[in-house]
Amino acid sequence: MNIKNLLKIALKALNNNKMRCFLTMLGVIIGVGAVIAMLAIGQGSKNSIKAQISEMGSNMIMIFPGAEKHGGVRQSSDDMQTLKPADYEALLRESGTIANITPTVNGQGQWIYGNNNYPSQAQGVNTQYLDIRQRKVAQGEMFTEEDVKNAAKVCVLGQTLVDNLFPAGTDPLGKVIRFGKIPMTVIGVLEEKGYNTMGQDQDDLALVPYTTVMKRVLATDYLQGIQASAIDENQTDRTIEEITGILRSQHKLKETDENNFTIRSMQELAEMISSTSSMMTVLLAAVAGISLLVGGIGIMNIMIVSVTERTREIGLRMSIGATGRDIMMQFLIEAVIISVTGGVLGILTGAVATWMISLFAHWPVQIDAGSVILSFVVCTAIGIIFGFYPAAKASNLDPIEAIRYE
Amino acid sequence: MAKEIIRIENLKRYFKVGEETVKALRGISFTIYEGEFVTIMGTSGSGKSTLLNTLGCLDTPTSGEYLLDGIPVRGMGKNERARIRNRKIGFIFQNYNLLPKTTSIENVELPLLYNSGISAAERAKKAERCLKEVGLADRIYHKSNQMSGGQQQRVAIARALVNDPVIILADEATGNLDTRTSFSILTLFQKLHKEGKTIIFVTHNPEIAQYSSRNITLRDGHIVSDEYNHDIHSAEEVYRNLPVDND
Repeated sequence: MNIKNLLKIALKALNNNKMRCFLTMLGVIIGVGAVIAMLAIGQGSKNSIKAQISEMGSNMIMIFPGAEKHGGVRQSSDDMQTLKPADYEALLRESGTIANITPTVNGQGQWIYGNNNYPSQAQGVNTQYLDIRQRKVAQGEMFTEEDVKNAAKVCVLGQTLVDNLFPAGTDPLGKVIRFGKIPMTVIGVLEEKGYNTMGQDQDDLALVPYTTVMKRVLATDYLQGIQASAIDENQTDRTIEEITGILRSQHKLKETDENNFTIRSMQELAEMISSTSSMMTVLLAAVAGISLLVGGIGIMNIMIVSVTERTREIGLRMSIGATGRDIMMQFLIEAVIISVTGGVLGILTGAVATWMISLFAHWPVQIDAGSVILSFVVCTAIGIIFGFYPAAKASNLDPIEAIRYE
Repeated sequence: MAKEIIRIENLKRYFKVGEETVKALRGISFTIYEGEFVTIMGTSGSGKSTLLNTLGCLDTPTSGEYLLDGIPVRGMGKNERARIRNRKIGFIFQNYNLLPKTTSIENVELPLLYNSGISAAERAKKAERCLKEVGLADRIYHKSNQMSGGQQQRVAIARALVNDPVIILADEATGNLDTRTSFSILTLFQKLHKEGKTIIFVTHNPEIAQYSSRNITLRDGHIVSDEYNHDIHSAEEVYRNLPVDND
């Protein structure tokens, strides 16, 4: 018997039981739809995290003072005094794989202009900060190396600060504002960047020469951290090694001593976040996959009922010349038609659901071809696997008994 | 002498039921020639169903020889028997066994679907011809559940004819029908017989023997009589004389 005839027979049988066929299919439709939508959400959030991290600078390296643990207690990096401007200068001088580098010292305090004030930070950095964090000055300009050398009382404001200090929309450039008691001239405004993945407002800051923060705000000789960017983001590990070497010799640490500083790279962070999001995706897809499995069991259930119900038909087909294999193929094809049609409809349902999610919940989503192909293959496999038992049962019927079955 | 269609020699069929052995057929021999209309008669338990299953290649004998159209059936595998059923036998059952919600022509085409050597066009042509032959030219596209019992049995007969079988096996083919319809179906069998078809009609109704050319009676797995009928009654005559529904 050729496939065309078998297909015809199977389609005819399904057509005779439209409602049941559709309900069985519904299990697969919901299962596949859920898998597609969940994978789309997972992929979408992963993509957006990746994009945000690369926007933040995926080659970024952060150095904090102090060991990761100190006597079992992790201390605030502000309290640890192991990084000095000399370390920064050494890195600047000796490293070959660092593209940009800036010391960081942050002062917390109240920014004041006229009647308006706003609590924020004075982020002490050098001119290379902009390149490392991939930020731009929208109005005015960045302070210069000269300003850094002189510990000039100048600042570049983030948009949040501008909004709070100049609510009337006054041009902030050239205005003198105060950080605590220290007057500073606004020389630029940073391009707006919005919130990052962790929900922090990236515009809630003012950039000030780090020397100014050290000398005039905090009166300290120590740095709170150093931020750098590697020349090649794929070689971040090598850059970290190099930095470790330079800092160890700078701090005159012996072989047996632990590092008294900590290095973190954006890549580590990215990996951490994306592994969390991958885990979520896998979990979501697993739950959706279970519903697909339930759909498959539904197919098996209905096929078993169908075989019992059609025992006489099977007996007749056998007595007029159908072989066991013909009967088996007929029922297997019926199961596969249900699962594959359900799969295709499920993919469409999933696509519509995904589109609705992005429309109403504004979640980042992306359906990739892989998940579509995967669910299609899984569907076909489910049809074959769960159709096999009922089909085998049908093909093993004894025609003599089957034809007289009541 | 006409061509031998069926030859069985000392056919035995035993079933094991638990500890006991049921001897359904205890050594049966006969030969059926082309163009015969044979009724096989017997009460229930006489072994006629087992004999029918064996003749229809649904069952294999425990011992003895069975030649269908000169081909030895004993020792054939399941698939070979399915093939020989498809090519050489036409079955007609008591309860018609048509596919539900399916048109006459699709039901009749069914045996040909399992023969990959026949094209779709040929299939439709043959099915149509057979439906015309059984007097259902105007019911070709009716669904099985929209037809009366007599019409359904005619579809079943057309289905049995469609593969040009060497033998038609009818199992109580009039058992579910009222007297009038029974005679109309018997008339059809007689017509097919006249056209040269070989028919075996298994029944427990002794009346039917009057309309066949030969009658074999079974009892307890043995043949008790095997007689030719030299005075074949015409079913058509009886049918004509029966009153049309009189209430």
